[in-house]
Amino acid sequence: MSEVDDLYQATIVDHDRAPRHVGPLAEATHHATVDNPLCGDVITVHARIIDGTVANLTFEGRGCALSRAAASIMTTMVRGHTTEAASRLATAFEHFVQTAPDAAIPDELGELRAFAGVRRFRSRRVCAMLAFRTLMQALTSGT
Amino acid sequence: MDLDLEALRREFPALDAPVHGRRLAYLDSASTSLKPRAVIDAVVRVFTHQAGNVHRGVHALSEAATEAFDTAREQIARFVGGRTDEIVLTRGTTESVNLVSHSWGRAHVGPGDVVVATALEHHSNLVPWQVLCAERGATLRIAPVDDRGRIDLAGLTALLDGRVKLVAVSQLSNVAGTIAPIAEIAAAAHAVGAVVLVDGAQAVAHLEVNVAALGCDFYAFSGHKLFAPTGTGVLWGRRALLAAMPAWQTGGEMVAQVDYDRARLRDPPHRFEAGTPNIAGVIGLGAAIRYLGTLDRAAIARHEARLHRRLRDELAAQPGVRVLGDPEAAVVAFTVTGAHPHDIATIVDRDGVAIRSGHHCAEPLHRRFGVDASARASLALYNDDADIDALIGSLARVRQVLP
Repeated sequence: MSEVDDLYQATIVDHDRAPRHVGPLAEATHHATVDNPLCGDVITVHARIIDGTVANLTFEGRGCALSRAAASIMTTMVRGHTTEAASRLATAFEHFVQTAPDAAIPDELGELRAFAGVRRFRSRRVCAMLAFRTLMQALTSGT
Repeated sequence: MDLDLEALRREFPALDAPVHGRRLAYLDSASTSLKPRAVIDAVVRVFTHQAGNVHRGVHALSEAATEAFDTAREQIARFVGGRTDEIVLTRGTTESVNLVSHSWGRAHVGPGDVVVATALEHHSNLVPWQVLCAERGATLRIAPVDDRGRIDLAGLTALLDGRVKLVAVSQLSNVAGTIAPIAEIAAAAHAVGAVVLVDGAQAVAHLEVNVAALGCDFYAFSGHKLFAPTGTGVLWGRRALLAAMPAWQTGGEMVAQVDYDRARLRDPPHRFEAGTPNIAGVIGLGAAIRYLGTLDRAAIARHEARLHRRLRDELAAQPGVRVLGDPEAAVVAFTVTGAHPHDIATIVDRDGVAIRSGHHCAEPLHRRFGVDASARASLALYNDDADIDALIGSLARVRQVLP
């Protein structure tokens, strides 16, 4: 498989073309908006946090296939889990995209394992990480 | 005389190195140009044989550096058609514009005054005026551009009145690829007593530049888009304007006599060149200009014009492709339905094709065109038909990866 095909795996293209949980969230308790300095793309995350659990999570904004797919997958994986679990996943993903291209792919990353290819595209890691960075900002300061 | 393109391409070593195992199609010269051997050799020569500081020492290395440095300034002056003492050396276009906004701007722009910029300016010829106007209680007016990306001259003229102190305009748009009618704009601006600053960052590598013919008062450009090292730039300013301008950055090199409580400043251009300059870079810029002087510029202009037409027309004919505006030279910015510019640039890169993606430091202009970002292919004298073939061929790959 070519590096490009490895980057734009079916999972990523699917989430880009049909992103899950897009739109505003009326009952949200936390929000954050972050720009991708690479391109001026912007993502907003809305979260409803109840008793330390991410009860609901949506995103809005514009971006490349990688940033949209990462945001979409993030919403599916984080909904219903604790903020600590979300934070652990964000840290694990951030670490993962910076590992060597042939390093092991942790199972705990679930669908995010589709981002293995981005490890060969240094300038695009920021696109993959944008959604999680926005979520972390919402959880820490975005009430 | 026909251009010997193969011989010319051999002068640019970066073109020899494969990228991702493919022949490099470098279509990002509007971002930064590749460097010819003449420039690389000149820079190596500085650190090998002219390694002293300039204007400071009496020893051999310092004198060698000073000689080469001063010669470069003379070459730059001839290149733009100005006087040697009108050439201020800076880090780049951005610093040149900031020099004018800080020094000339603070001295001449006050409450109620107006600065005019156009809707197609690069951030570097927009944000300094926003900051100056906010600081001085002045107003920034934006001259409109039409759907082709051309400055609406009537619309610009309508913004001019006795309160306008400066008009800032780029000669060649880095996104729309359109050429501004600088002489007409300068005449209209001068009629109301305003001065004109031209951002020549994109123009210098493609258009004939003569500051007298343009009729402008300041002309700013970068060396690195003109086949010279990064970190080099030029501000040409009319002698009378420069002579009346206060210092901007202060320190060594720019002073005539210093006591503990005061300093007497030197005349331009040295007044605006505090600190040790980018010696090797400036000498490299001189070498780039000398190199260009050995080429048949008319043949190169014809070559670039033909390639640009082909690039524009073939891109516009691709399925899902929209070309932004109606580009006249050097650059073609475009979008592809269903593919974000970053994804386009990543995919074609793996085919050896280097293009820019994003808003190219012209975010408001992208909004004017109704898009968030674009992909941009840009040309320089070393590009050939195979480069365009590679880009067009790779766009099919984009459609395959992101159907």
